[in-house]
Amino acid sequence: MTDSFEIFPLGDSAVTIDLGNTIREDLNDKVLAMQRWLVENSFEGYIDSIAAYSSLSAFYDPVEVGRRHPSSSSAFAFVSERLREAYEQSAVRPAGSGEPIRIPVCYEAPLAPDLLLLAEKMERTPEEIIHLHTSRVYRVYMIGFLPGFAYLGETSELLAIPRKPRPVPVNAGSVGITGRQTGIYPLDSPGGWYIIGRAPVVLFDPDLTPPARLAIGDAVEFYPITLKEFGRLHLL
Amino acid sequence: MSLSIIKPGLLDTIQDMGRNGYGNWGVNPGGAMDQYAAKVSNLLVGNCCTEGVIEIHFPGPQILFEQNTLISITGGNFSPTLNDEPIPLWQPVVVRKNTVLHFPKQLRGARCYISVHGGFCIDKWLHSVSTNLKAGLGGFQGRPLRKGDELSFKENTVYFAGLLKEENNLQILPWRVNEEKIYRFPHEIALIPGKEWEQLTEASRNQFLENNFTIHPSSDRMGYHLKGVPLELQQSMNLVSSAVSFGTIQLLPEGQLIVLMAEHQTTGGYPRIAHVITAHLPKLAQLQPSDCVQFKMVDMKDAEYLLSLQEKELHILQRACHDHLNELVC
Repeated sequence: MTDSFEIFPLGDSAVTIDLGNTIREDLNDKVLAMQRWLVENSFEGYIDSIAAYSSLSAFYDPVEVGRRHPSSSSAFAFVSERLREAYEQSAVRPAGSGEPIRIPVCYEAPLAPDLLLLAEKMERTPEEIIHLHTSRVYRVYMIGFLPGFAYLGETSELLAIPRKPRPVPVNAGSVGITGRQTGIYPLDSPGGWYIIGRAPVVLFDPDLTPPARLAIGDAVEFYPITLKEFGRLHLL
Repeated sequence: MSLSIIKPGLLDTIQDMGRNGYGNWGVNPGGAMDQYAAKVSNLLVGNCCTEGVIEIHFPGPQILFEQNTLISITGGNFSPTLNDEPIPLWQPVVVRKNTVLHFPKQLRGARCYISVHGGFCIDKWLHSVSTNLKAGLGGFQGRPLRKGDELSFKENTVYFAGLLKEENNLQILPWRVNEEKIYRFPHEIALIPGKEWEQLTEASRNQFLENNFTIHPSSDRMGYHLKGVPLELQQSMNLVSSAVSFGTIQLLPEGQLIVLMAEHQTTGGYPRIAHVITAHLPKLAQLQPSDCVQFKMVDMKDAEYLLSLQEKELHILQRACHDHLNELVC
């Protein structure tokens, strides 16, 4: 487990507790535990919290917090104290104990615009890249950037590559990699990750509760499908 | 019981105080850029301050009222007229059926807010009517208003006809909000230091506080790009992604800055230099490309105090508007 944390303001309406600015399962488990604690021990003026790789940020209404808790020196001081308590009192439950969610990905040319370029850059064959991408079970570390966009890690160090210098238009369902991360774009969007395939799955459905298909702590693995299979699944 | 869009403006969307509580699904709050103006617009017509309003930019739309109603327009001054008669901002106005609202000239500010008494009939998505353009969800069909769109009113506002004198197209009601205090010194924006503030070189910290920055034309509801002297970190940093907020100022790799605005994404990984205090977000929301900003640091107590003053005034305004309206229509 971690033995250190830092609490700092994210403006005057949010406070972050950070456990070490690294990608580590145990830290992410603790972030989830703190978030559960915070939701169970919510306070007047609490608005939302966002769990990330190694941090939890609590958003609040400072006027409401100040009014309800006048003995605190500031709303910031009050919420910081709650995060400290969340750290001290929350109990970690290991996540991802269930079977991995299996997601089909078509890695064929029309749906994998950057695969050949990446293969060239990495001095590997496209098949090797596909193999590296599909031979691991990933963890959902956080959801962010777009509704339902899951940050999955960690990919093989052989796939590590910096982000593109400039974002380009990306289609919904595109599977991208950068650094030691992989993810699926839930919507058409500009994106800076290298696109190596496309998944015929809906990752964000506003009519469902929750609308995001993946949640923090989930285990995910990818398996290759042909363009034909993609077409069939895409129509479902 | 509705209004219709005769001609759309640059970007007219339905917004409220945002879609809060869904950050863990990657759903950003969005909402009105200038939340003070949006709240006041609602309060002036007797609504709850969280009701949906139309946020417009310049050039603004042309709007036909198909029903007598009570409206108010707040925020930037686009010199609004009703059938060519000027109407004041920050003041409730009864408008007659079959009149046209028009915004001929941008005098000041970047966006304004139109409310109607009772609010608009818009289905909520995740407890908010704010339009999320990226997801194409929320607001009016998840998109900006277009020619021919009809927005129904929640309440039958026909009784306002009694306040219209014969022949008159409009009746300006005799109470007004003094917004000057909120927007005073429009280019001076107060900040709280961010986590990576101390990681800037001393020279960059001084430059940041001593120089003006200009808002770049590529700025939008997601963020304001700032043009100015490039800033430097003492050493390059590799941050894992974490939550960001409305008003977070991030340092981009080339040394330029971006201020995250209402439609910002939920998380980010760039160094956080500072955060605009919530009480100054309305001022910032009314600045536009080529305007400049001058930053100053304040402490958390000042930030919280300024915001509590604003809230207190809104509270008083809510009661006053409520009493005035009751006297008029009961």
